[in-house]
Amino acid sequence: MILIKNITVRFGEKLVLDRFSLELPEQGITALSGPSGCGKTTLLRVMAGLQPVEGGYAKLPPWPVLLFQENRLLPWRTVGQHITDVLPRDRRGEAGRWLALVELEGEENSYPSALSGGMGRRLALARALACGGGLILLDEPFTGVDAPRAARILERVRGLGTPVVLSSHEKEVVELCDRVIPLKGPPLRQAIF
Amino acid sequence: MTPSTTSRNNTLRRLLRVVIPLAFWLGVWQLAAFFIDLRTDGHGALLLPAPLLVAGRLGALAGQPAFWQAAAVSLGRIFAGFAGGVAAGALAAVATSALRGADWVLTPAVKVIRAVPVASFIVLVLLWAPTTGMVPAIVAGLMVLPVLWGNVSKGIAQTDPLLLEAARAYRFGRGKTVRLVYLPSVLPYFASGCATGLGLAWKAGVAAEVLCQPKLAIGTQLYRAKITLETPDLFAWTLVVIALSFLLEYALGLVFTRLGGGKR
Repeated sequence: MILIKNITVRFGEKLVLDRFSLELPEQGITALSGPSGCGKTTLLRVMAGLQPVEGGYAKLPPWPVLLFQENRLLPWRTVGQHITDVLPRDRRGEAGRWLALVELEGEENSYPSALSGGMGRRLALARALACGGGLILLDEPFTGVDAPRAARILERVRGLGTPVVLSSHEKEVVELCDRVIPLKGPPLRQAIF
Repeated sequence: MTPSTTSRNNTLRRLLRVVIPLAFWLGVWQLAAFFIDLRTDGHGALLLPAPLLVAGRLGALAGQPAFWQAAAVSLGRIFAGFAGGVAAGALAAVATSALRGADWVLTPAVKVIRAVPVASFIVLVLLWAPTTGMVPAIVAGLMVLPVLWGNVSKGIAQTDPLLLEAARAYRFGRGKTVRLVYLPSVLPYFASGCATGLGLAWKAGVAAEVLCQPKLAIGTQLYRAKITLETPDLFAWTLVVIALSFLLEYALGLVFTRLGGGKR
């Protein structure tokens, strides 16, 4: 069970999460949906352990990994190196598998500057997935990726068997998820689920 | 236009970019020397020797082994000082960026080094150094240290916090974060510091040689040329300093281009 209980997050005077609680089954793909600025990204960052909180607690699978809202690629590393950089030494040969999952085969030696927006997003996604962990958190994973391709990739992500929580504005992506949690904020108070 | 024609045109353009300014400034120099010679009744070479005269002296000096020895020793000495200053400046920057205690202790010291005039350093180091040959190297290093410290500190501070957070999130560890995020981010600042520092090292190093008079040194030759009123020799040795400085800067540029990976 993924559990978040009474979490509060404040940015200066602005309250973003107000004693927020959420309970999710530890399987399948969950979509967080809501308007821009409602606190989806903050919630994902809290679940990834990257956001300091004021109170409450969270019970999450070990090593949650987050795909950030920005690609955060290293301009001086090739596509292939982005994947091998996050893989343990004995699993570096798996880089091709992760690139194939996001349909980036043949781009191993390209630099991020040579990729389109959608390709950069897919590389960032492949890196997060390759990093591994007990929970995959995806913040707007398919920005700039066409809908049919996004659907194919999401099905492959489902096949990994790791629970996924994602935020997305794309209706086609949200419809493919196992459950949708509508959010209203800020501040986020209680998930309507 | 075929690729070979384009390549030939590019080479020609690059060549003209060197030749035209060089010819222009040599022309200005020649004209100035000519007019000074007219106004001093043929003693113009004492104030401003003509380019050909300087070239002749340079050729004559280059025929003597002592010329090459002095140039090589000065080059080695100043480059050693430069390298020491680069290493010390970069290490100080890492220390002041990473440790608050080091920041408190080292930052005022580096700022004092930056503010002290080069002449004061030369005289002070001359009093303390065991041999006069060490003074130019130490002074050159002291001039380079604050420049590298400032540039590398800025590079570290400007490293993208989003990339650093991603490195943490993807469990890079300290060594990998330094290698894959910090070093490539700091490299342009480091390269710029080295380019500025190299020019300073040459100026300060040769000035120190002029004041300290080591046996084999370009600065010593400059001083001799000055006291014997051999102005063409003074110009010839100055040209040697400029040529060596350009050569080092070019070599350094090649190294950084290779390190930076021009493929990005």
